[in-house]
Order: sequence, then structure tokens, then C-alpha cells
Amino acid sequence: MAISTKNGTKVWQRRDRNGQLKVWAMWLVGTAIFMWSWQQISDATTWAFFWDAPRIAADIGGRAMPPRWGYMDKLWAPLWDTLNIATLGTVLALMMAVPVAFLAARNTTPSAMFIRPIALLIIVSSRSINSLIWALLLVKIIGPGIFAGLIAIAIRSIGFCAKLLYEAIEEIDESQVEAIAATGAGRWQVMAYGILPQIMPAFAGISVFRWDINLRESTVLGLVGAGGIGLQLQGSLNTLAWPQVSLILILILLAVVVSEWVSAKVRGAII
Amino acid sequence: MSATLDTRLGQPWKKPPFVKSAALRWTMIIGALLYLVLALNSIDVNWSRVYRGLDRGWEFVIAFVNPDFSSRANDIKVGLTESVVMALASTVVGIAISIPIGLGAARNISVLPVYLVCRSVIALSRALNEIVVAILLVAIFGFGPLAGFITLSFATIGFLSKLLAEEIEDMDRVQAEAVRATGASWLQRYVYGIHPQVIPRLIGLSIYRLDINFRESAVLGIVGAGGIGATLNTAFDRYEFDTAAAILLVIIAIVMVLEYLSGIIRARVQ
Repeated sequence: MAISTKNGTKVWQRRDRNGQLKVWAMWLVGTAIFMWSWQQISDATTWAFFWDAPRIAADIGGRAMPPRWGYMDKLWAPLWDTLNIATLGTVLALMMAVPVAFLAARNTTPSAMFIRPIALLIIVSSRSINSLIWALLLVKIIGPGIFAGLIAIAIRSIGFCAKLLYEAIEEIDESQVEAIAATGAGRWQVMAYGILPQIMPAFAGISVFRWDINLRESTVLGLVGAGGIGLQLQGSLNTLAWPQVSLILILILLAVVVSEWVSAKVRGAII
Repeated sequence: MSATLDTRLGQPWKKPPFVKSAALRWTMIIGALLYLVLALNSIDVNWSRVYRGLDRGWEFVIAFVNPDFSSRANDIKVGLTESVVMALASTVVGIAISIPIGLGAARNISVLPVYLVCRSVIALSRALNEIVVAILLVAIFGFGPLAGFITLSFATIGFLSKLLAEEIEDMDRVQAEAVRATGASWLQRYVYGIHPQVIPRLIGLSIYRLDINFRESAVLGIVGAGGIGATLNTAFDRYEFDTAAAILLVIIAIVMVLEYLSGIIRARVQ
């Protein structure tokens, strides 16, 4: 808090002079960085296209409406595939995330020196690479199809699930673990009876939450050839079949809304 | 209590199940098994293709140990700069737009019509996948970072405004009321009563969003919306796994640095 005197009256200001200068300097640097970034984007843009955009958008919109409802027959199978990619991918991810989480949590890791950093590295690398990139890679390695998408979703989700899960494990009530250990339980029994019941609600919440995210992500995996409804989207885009594109987009939007609703319901029931 | 204890004494103990109602539990188990059988049957895996691919997978793992930064250094540099620039600019613009929308979407300080409009903008932004938006914007604005920039700004709005609105709804009313009692106008009430309460969280979330935007900008290039994704896609298409590995390593490194920085900054402002 700073009070300065101006013409004999005291004036209140939020910051003193140094504070004010610091804030001002931060804004200056921030603005300069933003302007530089904007210049880069502006240089790489064909502005004629930008000014033409409303006309193009109206044109595409006109072509896309009304959606071609008859195309729906061909979309049920890809939709089922998308659901499978998301669900089985989540299941697979959870199977791998649980051991990683136990290795990464400070209170359950066998060795904080060696194994914990490895587990954390697995978490970071899985989290920093988008599922679309994993799919791109896996399509090259194991061939296009649902399987590549499923594995991509699984690999991508390990980090997310393991991170949230190991944070839940670190927050458990140690006295329960101690009580179980005091009965003479072995390491695995302590896990099964002392730790697992405490993290079960978190585990269920995390899985449903991730399933919701995975369903969103699996709708676009087809763009790189990894199966699901994205494949149809790519095909329709490539043939400029805008009425089909609009139908697929509506379908994706519906799927996202439904999955969010399901996930909110299930999480509400758990908590 | 003692009666139940008496009847329970001498009985073997069983772990209480996670789902209490037995009927619901069995429905869930059987439903899950049924789904698993159906789903697994509908996926046909070409195991011989997978097996043949393992060599290539191993090649990629080797490439990770021995990444090639140099032969495509220029492409990587250009792509990365574009990604960083897109992430920075879209975060700034996204924050600038999210603050008014976030204020409008907080039930305790806005009127109902404004609230509904802002909430629907948020819902729309959150429901649309970034990649889908990018595809449409590339079709409209042409290839290049502008489409990616608009996509990321739009996605930032949904994320930041929602969390900001929730933060404002949870804030301490007393401060805002005290400022209001001095005769402050609506803007002054915001600047002195609400803003100081939400700023630590806003800064933390903004940096987190910068991190997300950078990660997303790495894939937008796959659909032509600028950034390192285009370089990565080309590297994969040409089976240049060592270059691809180098790009992925750079992405991981930048994400880790951003995460570390955001940790420090969040610890300082909170």
C-alpha cells in the first residue's frame, strides 16, 4: 500500500513507485513479445484469404446445409469403432497406469532414487505428446486401423491417469495403512486392504473423466488413419462432400455432449 | 451397535464391496463383460502386420536414443518458432477475451441474459474439438498459422472463462461489497473488489493454458494449421524416424520447461 501527497491531500494508490515500475516493465515486455508473435503470424498469412473468409464461410455453410441424413447408415459402424477405441483404450491405459502410479507415489515407491524418476519420466512423456501424434506414429508402425488408434489412446492416457492416481495415493490417510501393517499384513495385503479402498473413488472418477476425454479425442484419430468416425470425416472432406461433413460434425458434437453427461452423472454418483 | 458386534463376533470378515447394491454390482459386471466380448470381436487386428511392424517400432526406439537434430535443423527451427508464436499469441488473445466472458458467466455478478449467452459460448467452445475447428478454419482462412491461432484462441476461451467464472462464483463477497459501499462504479468494483481475489488463480491457469496451447499447436500442423506438426507429419511420412524422434524430444523438453516454470510462478503468486 502506498500513500502519496498531492497538493496537500493524501492520495491512495495500490502500489508504491517500485511496484508500479515493475508491473509496467512486465507489461512492456509482455506486449513486445505478443507484438512480435503477432508479426510472425501476420507475415505467414495470406491476408487476401482472410478478407475473403466471410464469403468462403457462407459458401461452405450453404453447401453443408442441409446435412445428408441418408449417410447415417454408413456411420453406425464407425461410431461403434470410435466408442470401442475410447473405452478399450481407457481400460488398457488404466491397466498400465496403476502400476506406474504406485511406482511414482512417494509413499509406495520401492525406490525413490531410481524407480520414481523412471515412473515420472513415463508419465511426462506420455502426457506431453498428443494422441494424434501417437496415432500418426503407430499407424506407421503397426498399420492403419482401429488397433493403432486404441493403442494411441492408451499410451496417451497412461500419463494422465497415473499422474492423478499417484497424487491420490500420496494423499491417503497413513493411519489406515499403519493399522493394516500392524496386524502383520504383507506388502501386497497392505496395498489391497489399506491403500486400495482409499483410492477406489478417485480411481473410478479418473477413469470416467479420462473416458470422456478419450471419446472426444478418438473422434478425430481417423484423420491420420487410425480408425473411427474421423476416417469418414477425412474421406468426406477430401471429396468436398460438405453435407456429409456437417452430418459427421453434428454426430461428433452429440457424442461429446452425451459422454460429458454420462461422465458427470457417474462422477456425481461416486462423490 | 453392540448387538451387531455380538452377532459378528466369531464370523469371518469379508472386505466390503465398492458398489454396495449387489444387483447393481452384478449388472455392472455382466454388462461390462458383455461389452468387452462384443467390442473385442468387432476389432480385427492384423497380427502379421503388427508383427512385421515391430521392426519399425524398434527402429523408432533406437531413433529415440540417437535422434537426428541436424539434417532438418532449419525445418525444425521454423516449425518450432511457429508453434511457440501461435501458442503465445493465442494465449494472450484468449485471456483477453475470456475475462469479459468469464465475468459474464459468473452467476453472482452478471444478469441472466448475459449469463446464458456467455455460458453457451463456453459450452460451444468446449464441445468442439480443436482439430475439428482447425479443419474448418483451414478450409475458410487457408493454410498457415492464422487458422491455428484462431483455433487455439477459441479453445482457450472455453477453458479459461469456465474456470474463471467458477472462481468468481466461489469468491469472498465481503470484499466486493466493501468496495461497493465506498460508492465504486461497476468497473471499480471489478478492479478493486473482484480482480485481486481471482488474479493468482487466473495467472496460474493462464500459464497452464499456455502449456496446453503449445502441446496442441504441435498437432494442428497435421491438418495444415501451422506449427511443428507439419514438419513432424512430413518426417513420419518419409519414415525419417530419427528426425521425428528429435522433434518429439524437443516438444517434451519444452513442455517440461513450461511445466517447471508454471510450478514456480504458481507457487510465487499464490
